Amino acid sequence: MKTIKNILMVGIGGQGIILASDLLTQTALNAGFDAKKSEIHGMSQRGGSVFSHIRFGSKIYSPVIPEGMANVLVALEEMEALRWLQYCGNQTELIVCQSRLRPANESEYPAGVAEELKRIFKSVRILDPTGLAEGCGGQKFMNTAILGVVANILDFPETAWKDSIEKLTPKGTAAKNWDAFLAGKNWSGEQST
Amino acid sequence: MKKKNIDIPILMSGNEAIARGAYEAGVRAGTGYPGTPSTEILEALVSYPDVYTEWSVNEKVALEVGVGAALAGARSLITMKHVGINVAADILFTSAYTGIKAGLVVVSADDPALHSSQDEQDNRHYARAAKLPMLEPADSMEAKEYTKFAFDLSERFDIPVMLRTTTRIAHSSSAVSLMEPVKTSRVSGGFERNRTKYVMIPLHAGPRHIDLERRISEIAELAETLEINRIEHGKGSMGFITAGICYQYVREIFPEAPILKLGLVHPIPERLIREFNKQVDHLIVVEELDPFLEDQIKAWGIKAEGKKYFSNIGELSPGKIRDALIPETAPAPFSSTLKIPPRPPALCPGCPHRTVFKILNKLGYIVSGDIGCYTLGALPPFSAMDTQLNMGGSITIGQGMEIAGEKNVVAVIGDSTFAHSGITGLLNAAYNGRNELIIVLDNETTAMTGLQPNPLSGERLNGEPAIKLDYRKLAEAVGITDERFRTVNAYKPDDVEKAIIELKNTGKLALLVIEGPCLILQRKKKKK
Repeated sequence: MKTIKNILMVGIGGQGIILASDLLTQTALNAGFDAKKSEIHGMSQRGGSVFSHIRFGSKIYSPVIPEGMANVLVALEEMEALRWLQYCGNQTELIVCQSRLRPANESEYPAGVAEELKRIFKSVRILDPTGLAEGCGGQKFMNTAILGVVANILDFPETAWKDSIEKLTPKGTAAKNWDAFLAGKNWSGEQST
Repeated sequence: MKKKNIDIPILMSGNEAIARGAYEAGVRAGTGYPGTPSTEILEALVSYPDVYTEWSVNEKVALEVGVGAALAGARSLITMKHVGINVAADILFTSAYTGIKAGLVVVSADDPALHSSQDEQDNRHYARAAKLPMLEPADSMEAKEYTKFAFDLSERFDIPVMLRTTTRIAHSSSAVSLMEPVKTSRVSGGFERNRTKYVMIPLHAGPRHIDLERRISEIAELAETLEINRIEHGKGSMGFITAGICYQYVREIFPEAPILKLGLVHPIPERLIREFNKQVDHLIVVEELDPFLEDQIKAWGIKAEGKKYFSNIGELSPGKIRDALIPETAPAPFSSTLKIPPRPPALCPGCPHRTVFKILNKLGYIVSGDIGCYTLGALPPFSAMDTQLNMGGSITIGQGMEIAGEKNVVAVIGDSTFAHSGITGLLNAAYNGRNELIIVLDNETTAMTGLQPNPLSGERLNGEPAIKLDYRKLAEAVGITDERFRTVNAYKPDDVEKAIIELKNTGKLALLVIEGPCLILQRKKKKK
């Protein structure tokens, strides 16, 4: 079977997308898949929109997701989920953390984003960042908790996740990250499918 | 999904894989200047044992140091972004003539779509212009293996080898399996005197040109049978010639199609291409930016198409290839009428140099700017930079404006860029009697590319302490007297404004250093 899974993680420079997507990609390799990842860094470090494409399956060619073909869109910031719709289609499941970060040059955050996302996507999981941060041991561990939510869709063995969390998270934080991952996995956020 | 039971490979970016490949090839010297998307190569190489690494002051210097190391028997890796090759081009062309003895590999990291660059030039043209072989890997494993092969090819033909990546190779990650380093260098240590080969006076250089033509023709012959130039047989009316990341995009959209994948993009194999052309009905060349392969193939009288379908601007993508060739298979992506504001890159909140641009905006000078984080001072809300073309150009472009009669010009440059090629501009101003105000925004690091140390940081790539250039003595050395030199704290806006106005009002050549360490650097140092 030649099924490929395409996961697009999006957010803002400084939110930790690179580490989170490294964790996810390494986990796919640990689980025995071929996996690739593509991102852009450089100027985008300074508060710009950032994204990371993660793909895995029996054999992966392009590290970039073909437009329209994302299976999962993980947005670490609410309106960023709307910026990458050209990669999404009927099959795309959305996991969105409802953090709202106003761009530096704007006076107000755009209204109606959550409603628009629910209108467009057939499957939406909305994560409340305050509750999630409390539930997973703090802001620092939120991305790992979000990966726990993602894990429910992807069906990798737990050991594959555990290995990459131990290998890639900062020294001395593996245990706390693992707890955060499990907290995310058991998280019951708002869901509309 | 089928799961393969294999040893788990390591996830590496293209840049990390190039460093690993160099290490496995027994590289002894790595030099370069930071530039997206090439920077992480040396940052990875520094952690391997028995390799000398340095951030050179600029790309020309990096390549010169590398050539010297190679001539004395050390395999050398030199890294830079595409525009860095412009800076290093002088020695690049001549080192093709002389040859280099030990393997010398120059990485050109191109940036189609200008993710973090001032242009999107296609550096494959350099390989043809300098008559150098150029390799182009298509993923991280190839990045590692091609780097090793590049050292071998370089020594075998006594020629620098260019390794071209693009952002999507450099900054994509894929599986790599590691090998132990091997001492495969064919050359012995030490410099061997050979003046007709290494002293490029016209008398010697003429014969070396003839020799270069021989070497590059032999490589063209080798290209016909190289394993990395391979025909993948397949089905369908369209057959593709492609290389690098475009190979992955084509394979993604046409999993069954015949493909001639070129690992060596200069020189390309004429007979192999003719043979492939016979096997397919419709030959399509897929490449980003210029029709580099397509033009050569057409010049041989082979019927091919490429740029008819694909733009020579920006990046390609699997979707662009699909939409151009088989649009009927394109899915309908989502869209929304809800407009969301863009998030352009901006100077960090709390950046010490934000106030400088507020002041410059207020004072209304023509600001001749340079390359670094502070280029973002051109954008709102600051809108306080009027030109920015290349590294180090601020100081000298300002001089030209002064010659043409503009009195109200100030030059603004960062510390790393000042060391890169600003100092020569300062010397030119002093020598030719210009009356320019030069402002150095010193944040003690090369911030835009991710905090690399430079000659104004007091530290080297490997963390060793280093000199910190003394601005005052430099000013004194070019005849800038004490009243025309000042150092101010970036966090004291009143002092900054006063200094700018007073130095500008001297009407003479003046140097103002505005000091404020990068916030991200300070945070990083605290963590240590």
